[in-house]
Amino acid sequence: MRFLKLFIIFFFVINLFSCSEGDKNNSPSAEYKKDSTVEVKAYGDALVEGSIGDASNLIPILATDSASHSVAGLIYNGLLKYDKNLNLVGDLAEKWEVSENKKIITFYLRKGVKWHDGAPFTAEDVKFTYKLIVDDKTPTAYDADFRLIDRVDVVDNYTVKVFYKKAYAPALSSWTISILPSHLLKGVEVTKSPLQRKPVGTGPYKFLEWKSQDHITLVANEDYFEGKPYVERYIFRIIPDTSSMFLELLNENIDLMGLSPLQYTKQTENPRFKKSYKKYKYLANSYTYIGYNLKNPFFADKRVRQALSYATPKNDIIKGVLFGLGEIATGPYKPGTIWYNRDVKRYEYDLEKAKELLKEAGWQDRDGDGILEKGKKKFKVTILTNQGNSTRSRIAEIVQQSWKKIGVDVEIRILEWATFISEYIDKRNFQVVILGWSIPQEPDLYDVWHSSNCRDKKLNFICYQNKEVDKLIELARTEFDTEKRKEYYYKIQEIFAEEQPYTFLYVPDALIALHKRFRNVKPAPAGLMYNFIEWYVPKSEQKYHFTQ
Amino acid sequence: MLAYIVKRLFGMIPLLVGITLISFLVINLAPGDPVQFLSQMNPKISETARAKFIKLYNLDKPIHVRYWLWLKKLVKLDFGESFAADRKPVLEKIKERLPLTLYLNITSMMLIFLIALPLGILSAYYKDSIFDRGVTIFVFIGFAIPTFWLALLCMYYFGVILGWLPIAGLKSYNYESLSTFGKVVDIVKHTILPVGISVFGGLAGLSRFARNSMLDVLNDEYIEAARARGLPERKILFKHALKNALLPVITILGLSIPGLIGGSVIFESIFGLPGMGQLFYQSVMMRDYPTIMGILVIGAVLTLIGNLIADVAYALADPRIRYGKKGK
Repeated sequence: MRFLKLFIIFFFVINLFSCSEGDKNNSPSAEYKKDSTVEVKAYGDALVEGSIGDASNLIPILATDSASHSVAGLIYNGLLKYDKNLNLVGDLAEKWEVSENKKIITFYLRKGVKWHDGAPFTAEDVKFTYKLIVDDKTPTAYDADFRLIDRVDVVDNYTVKVFYKKAYAPALSSWTISILPSHLLKGVEVTKSPLQRKPVGTGPYKFLEWKSQDHITLVANEDYFEGKPYVERYIFRIIPDTSSMFLELLNENIDLMGLSPLQYTKQTENPRFKKSYKKYKYLANSYTYIGYNLKNPFFADKRVRQALSYATPKNDIIKGVLFGLGEIATGPYKPGTIWYNRDVKRYEYDLEKAKELLKEAGWQDRDGDGILEKGKKKFKVTILTNQGNSTRSRIAEIVQQSWKKIGVDVEIRILEWATFISEYIDKRNFQVVILGWSIPQEPDLYDVWHSSNCRDKKLNFICYQNKEVDKLIELARTEFDTEKRKEYYYKIQEIFAEEQPYTFLYVPDALIALHKRFRNVKPAPAGLMYNFIEWYVPKSEQKYHFTQ
Repeated sequence: MLAYIVKRLFGMIPLLVGITLISFLVINLAPGDPVQFLSQMNPKISETARAKFIKLYNLDKPIHVRYWLWLKKLVKLDFGESFAADRKPVLEKIKERLPLTLYLNITSMMLIFLIALPLGILSAYYKDSIFDRGVTIFVFIGFAIPTFWLALLCMYYFGVILGWLPIAGLKSYNYESLSTFGKVVDIVKHTILPVGISVFGGLAGLSRFARNSMLDVLNDEYIEAARARGLPERKILFKHALKNALLPVITILGLSIPGLIGGSVIFESIFGLPGMGQLFYQSVMMRDYPTIMGILVIGAVLTLIGNLIADVAYALADPRIRYGKKGK
C-alpha cells in the first residue's frame, strides 16, 4: 500500500513538475551566494520539522519512541553529550574523572545553570534522577545501566560521585540521559506528573505548547548556558503520512524532513525544490543485515554462511533499493567512526566461490533439479521480514533470485511486526531474517552478541556463541581507554567477518531536506542538528514573526 | 412504544457484555503484547523493564481476571488508562479525538444525504436518460477511485499548484491570532478537501439506494392510479412517491450512527487529522488494550442505539409498523 502510494505520488509529481518547469523562472538565486558573505547572525524565525509520529511523553525516561526523544533532546541536558565527531564531552558536567579502579566516576557540574522555571540546577538533581530511574515504581525501560550503580553521593552542590559495583565502560555514555528537576518531581508520582505534557528542563529550548497529534512548539531559552539559540521557535509538526508530508514540504510549510531515497534522487531534482531547499546526506546510525538462525542445521557450518554472503549482491541491493544512497556494511559499526575496522575480510559478489564453499560443506545438486542437497535434505529456506518496510521485502526478492543461482531455494514471508517478533524471533522459530539494528554511539556489543543473551527473549536471537568474542566483549566493557577498547572491537569485527553470523548488508544514508534560509548548518558525523542552537536565519529571509 | 424502548434497552446489557467479552478475548489472542512495543528490539532497554511493565499492566494475571477487573471499572464508566507512554485515561484520549471525527463525519454525511438523495430521485425519475447515465458514471467514479490517490492528487493540485487550500492538519500556525470568523474560515478551509473527497466517495451507495427505492415506488399501483387520476407529475413525485421512497433511508441513517465515531484511518493519516480512526489504528498496532476496548465499547453502544433509533423512527414514520402491540 505504502509502496503503491509512493509510486503514484512519484509518477504525478514528476509529470506535473516536468510540465511546469517552463513557466517558472526558478534558477538558483544568486542572492544566497551574495548574502552568505554579508549576512549578519540574527535572532528570530522558526524551524518546522515534520514527523510521522507524535511524541508520547516528554519525561524522556518514560518514553521509548524516537519522536519523544528528539523533542526532549532540545529541552533537557545530560551530564555528558556527544560532540559533532561523536566524542563524549561535558554537557551539564564541566568535566569528569574516573578513579584508578574504574569503579568511581566523579562529575564536576556546571555552575549557574538554571531550570526553565528559574530554579538552580544542582548535584541533587543528578542523584534524584538516578534514584527515580532505578525506582521499581518508575515505568522506565532504561534502568539497566543504572542498576549497576552501587550508590550516588552528593559531595557538594556541584560535585557528584557515582560508585559502580564493578568497572563498566558504557557507564559514561549512560550519563547522556536527561537529568530531571528534583524540585518538581520529588514526592510526586512520576506517571501523574504534569511534566509529562509540560516539561521543564535546562536545555536550549523551553516548552510552549503541545496539541496532540498536531504539533509541539518550543521556544528559545534566553538563559541557556551556552547562549540563547538564534532560531526563536522549534515546531515539531505531526503528519502521519509521508506522502502528505512531502507535499507540505513542497508547499514550504515544513522546513526539515527526512527523505526517502526515491524522494531524494528523483522527486526533488527540480528547480522549484532546489530554489528553496538544500539536501543533506550522511551515513545513518543503522545497518541492515541478513541474520541466520545458528541453531538451525542449515547454517551451522560457517562455509555455508560465507557462501551465502558471497552470493548476496550487496552493491546491487544498494543501487536497486537505495538508489545508491548507502555503503556496504562489514560489521556492526558505521564506516568512518573510530570503532569501524576497515580492513576486515569482504565478500564481493562471487557465485563461483559461493558454489565451491557449498560443495566443500557437502551441498550438491545430485538430482539435477537446480536445488542443492545434503543427504536427503534439500536446501530450501524461508526468509522472514516485517511488513511495512518495502526496502526489506525488495531485498528479500533480490536475495531470493541470487541465491537461486547457487541452488538455494528461497521462500519469502512478510509478517506483521508484533507477530513477527512474538511468534518467530522470540521463539527462535525462523531460518533467515532480514532486519536492521541501530548503531548507538556506545560501541558495547553485549546485548546482541554475547553468548549469554541467546536465551529467553534476549537480543542475540540468532544464538551466536563464540567464547573468544564473549571474552573480548567483556574486556571491552571494563576498559575506559578508547585505544584499547578499539583493539578489542577491531578483533571482534575480524571474527565476525570470518564467521559471517550475519550477512551484513548496508548502512543507509540519512537523507534530509532543509529550507535554504537556515545558515550555519554544518553536517558532521553526529548528523545535522548537533549545533542547532547556532543555526540562524538572516533578518531579510525570516519567515515567521512572533510578537511574544 | 415506551415499554418497547425500555425492554430493548435492558436487552442491550447482556448483548453489550457479550460483545465486550468476545472483543477482549480476540484482542488478547492477537500475537504480541504492549510490552513488546516498549522494548521494540531495543538493546538500550533492560530486561528488568519487561518484567516491570508486565506487572504494571496486569499482564501477569490470567485473562479472565483481567477481564473481570476491566469490567468492574467499566461499570463505573472508567475505561482505564492507556498502555501508551502518555498513560492518559482512555476516556480523555477519546474525548480529545471525538469532536473532530464527529465534525468531519457528520458534515460529510449531511452533504452526502443532501446531494445523493436528489441525485438518486431524479435519476429514477429520468431513468435511462443522459442525466441518469451521467450521474451513474459520476458517482461510480467517486466510488471506484482509491481515496488516498484522489486525496493526494487534490492535495497536490489545490494545495501545491494552486495554493488555494491547506494540505494537512486542522489549523494554521497563526490560528490563535485569528478572529473568531477567521478561525471558522481556517478550519473550514482545512476540512474542504477531506470532506469533499469523502462526500465524492460516498455518493454512489446512497444515490443508488435512493434511485432503486424510488423506482420501486414509481412502479407501484397507487402511483399509476394517481397518474390515471390526472394528478400533476410534480405532486406525484414529491408528495406521494418521495415520502414512501425515503422510508428505508431512515434505516440507513440509524445504521450510520456508529460509523460517525469510527473515522477513517486513511483519511486521517493522509490529511494529518487527529481523529478516532488514527487513534484506533495506533492502539491496535501498539496492542494498547484499554484504548482498543474503550473505542469498541463506545462503538458497540452506538451501534445498538443506532439500531434502536432506526427501529423507533421507522415505526413513527410508518403507521403500519407498531412494536409491542401484537395482533393490531
